[in-house]
Amino acid sequence: MAAPPHLRPTTTVTRVMGDVLLALLPATVAWVWYFGPGVLFNMAVAAAVAVGCEAGCVALRGRDVRHQLADLSALVTAVLLAFCLPPLTPWWITATGAAFAIVFAKQLYGGLGFNPFNPAMAGYVVLLVSFPEELTRWLAPAGFDLAPATPGILDTLHVTVTGSLPEGLRWDALAGATPLDGLRTGLSQMRTVGEIRAAAPFGSLGGRGWEWISNWVAIGGCYLLWRRVIRWHIPVAMLLGLAVPATFWWLLDPGLHPPPTFHLFSGATMLCAFFIATDPVSAATSSVGRLVYGAGIGFLVFVIRSWGGYPDGVGFAVLLMNMAVPAIDQFTRPRTYGHAG
Amino acid sequence: MPETPRLWRFHGGLKLDARTERSTGRPITVLDPPGRLILPLSQHIGEPAEPVVAVGDRVLRGEPIARPSGMVGAKVHASSSGTVVEIGPHPVPHPSGLAAPCIVIETDGEDRAWEGYEPMTNYETLNAAALRARVRAAGVVGLGGATFPTAIKIGSVTGLKLLILNGAECEPYISCDDMLLRNRPAEVVAGAQVLLHVLEIGQCAIAIEENKAAAREALEAAIGRAGEARISVVTVPAVYPEGGEKQLIKVLTGEEVPADGVPPDIGFLCQNVGTAAAVARAVLYGEPLISRIVTVTGDGVAWPRNLEVRLGTPVADVVAACGGYTESAAHLLMGGAMMGLPLASDAVPVVKGTNCIVVASREEIRPRRPMLPCIRCGECSRICPAQLLPQQLYWHARAGELDRAQDYHLFDCIECGSCDVVCPSQIPLTQYFRYAKTEIWARERDRSRAEQARQRFEARRSRVDAEKEARRRRLDEKSKALEQTKDDAEARKAAVDEVLERVQARKHGDDQE
Repeated sequence: MAAPPHLRPTTTVTRVMGDVLLALLPATVAWVWYFGPGVLFNMAVAAAVAVGCEAGCVALRGRDVRHQLADLSALVTAVLLAFCLPPLTPWWITATGAAFAIVFAKQLYGGLGFNPFNPAMAGYVVLLVSFPEELTRWLAPAGFDLAPATPGILDTLHVTVTGSLPEGLRWDALAGATPLDGLRTGLSQMRTVGEIRAAAPFGSLGGRGWEWISNWVAIGGCYLLWRRVIRWHIPVAMLLGLAVPATFWWLLDPGLHPPPTFHLFSGATMLCAFFIATDPVSAATSSVGRLVYGAGIGFLVFVIRSWGGYPDGVGFAVLLMNMAVPAIDQFTRPRTYGHAG
Repeated sequence: MPETPRLWRFHGGLKLDARTERSTGRPITVLDPPGRLILPLSQHIGEPAEPVVAVGDRVLRGEPIARPSGMVGAKVHASSSGTVVEIGPHPVPHPSGLAAPCIVIETDGEDRAWEGYEPMTNYETLNAAALRARVRAAGVVGLGGATFPTAIKIGSVTGLKLLILNGAECEPYISCDDMLLRNRPAEVVAGAQVLLHVLEIGQCAIAIEENKAAAREALEAAIGRAGEARISVVTVPAVYPEGGEKQLIKVLTGEEVPADGVPPDIGFLCQNVGTAAAVARAVLYGEPLISRIVTVTGDGVAWPRNLEVRLGTPVADVVAACGGYTESAAHLLMGGAMMGLPLASDAVPVVKGTNCIVVASREEIRPRRPMLPCIRCGECSRICPAQLLPQQLYWHARAGELDRAQDYHLFDCIECGSCDVVCPSQIPLTQYFRYAKTEIWARERDRSRAEQARQRFEARRSRVDAEKEARRRRLDEKSKALEQTKDDAEARKAAVDEVLERVQARKHGDDQE
């Protein structure tokens, strides 16, 4: 019989990861609603490659493959990566990202629990710098008469498999800039934020359609908070870390800087706050450390969006703060009972 | 009624299902002494006691049969009358599972009492030293589980602000303190009065968890009957491990016991309510510690309940008195669900520290699931009542980096087991910490042994060197002396030669003449 304690944990890694997947379900539905089934194909490709790579690495390392795959962490990485890719991404790009995430960012460091960087973001950033054109070719959301057509299942499948559009479809008829990209382009054309946001693709908070995906992601995040899969520190700190400087610069110059609500409901802000920054393996561990870590990501996202070379900065911000985690952990060690501070 | 005092929180902790409904349904049952009593010589923290009886001796109930062998120790008394039939190793409740020296008494069924200790009903006129001597003579130790000799804990402490009686029994299954407070609150109040007198403190707080309303009511009534204004009952939230001394002090006072200190350093003394009752019985009735209240519970026992059991009663007899094992009996524990000691056999006896016996089913105590890597979720540090970082401790313990583990305050871990229970990766953290502590102790022992060996080696070397030096000096002197004699010989030879020369010269001259 085992040594004490004799009560067993009620939660498992599998349940934690399963809850994360479940929490992404409403946002996935919204994705398909606005941008067609592309995200599902991306998920399928990423999942197959991620799980295959994970199984291969685990087998090469002589570990129990079934036991390790049961934790579902590879699947979570795949789904989060797929969430960041445009709907019409060719399969080899998705596969490259998933393979890099699992093999290089995770298994070469020792597998689950040992990776210093968020695998999904490592994979995404590799793709962003390697395939800049494909990774920024987004569609206009359906249902707002912003584009003449939205590709259906077969057309999407065609692009995913071959990388080129089927006969009769043209990129300029389908494509639509993301709200962050639109804002960036508009500002470079010396237009004010007000003028840019008066255009059709922009909604009341972020971009039309986009803001609803953000909403559903946030609702999924609240589910994770309620299930205690994640704690409030990182999401709150990340959102504040972004909103506070955004508010400051917006008040300073509303013509050049969008309002904080635009930042919060555009791009991958919500996904980052609730699903990416909260990856415990690559985050800081103490409560104070997590506040610092989250705030740092939020602030970096604001800096990259406002003055950096990319429209969104979530991937880079997360990886940069991953690097800072050992230092954050070192300086935010809690005071032990009975010891002086 | 005094107003509710302000309470503080200790860090972390767990809300656990108390699992005490079944064992608190009926009053405490007094169990008759069994046919054989097995009394270990070591039922307390400190040196094992030394037997003062021999095989064949007849003993009476309450007669001392072993005396403390060192400063930190406790007497052992015969729990019933009978004959000493054996003094030797027996299985005892200990994590090692090894046998330890015990005195075995075959009882005679008469349960005749020894009258060696006079009741001290006039304790208020006696000085603290006399009362402490009585507590020591009665073999009283901390009954909350730590079994530290009470006489030492209440010895030579001055300037205390508050006596705390710990009735915050927070570990699942254990209800012996709850039942003591419900059925015998007057003993606890009397114990508090004696302790207040011994320690010269004016104030006592008895902490009871919020889910023990019956105990609180009974205790308040007893305090009212005693007309005692110095003692107050404080209701504390039911959070595990609130019954931990350090955690309870934090909750009641907001102060923390220094890591390298004890509660009296900051003006508090903490005793378990059962210990207070034992002190009262020792002082007021002259009764040594020969029995205690034990919770017997779990799906695997027919009639869960609380019993007053003579120390030395085999666990098998205690379970039999509760209707025996049921079909679902699968695990046997001494203690609660979080820190209880798994027992390999029910032949081991009830000892001074036995607060609970759990006979659990397979549903109550499930096997551990296979372990996964730590995902650094931080739940363990969120609930750690010692404010440690269990994930870091685990990392260093696993890597064998014991110095780093000590940097992260490994020895402040109270082994409450909370971190295990929240770990999604199913890591047996507490076991790793116990292992790391044992390794560090072993290393320190090795180190001191190596140090001794080094000192011995150096002493030997300097002795050998000194001897060598002395021999060299002796040799020098000898050869110098020899040299001297050699010089002498040459001088003699020269003198002889001279004489010879002279003789020859003279001879020569003679020849010439």
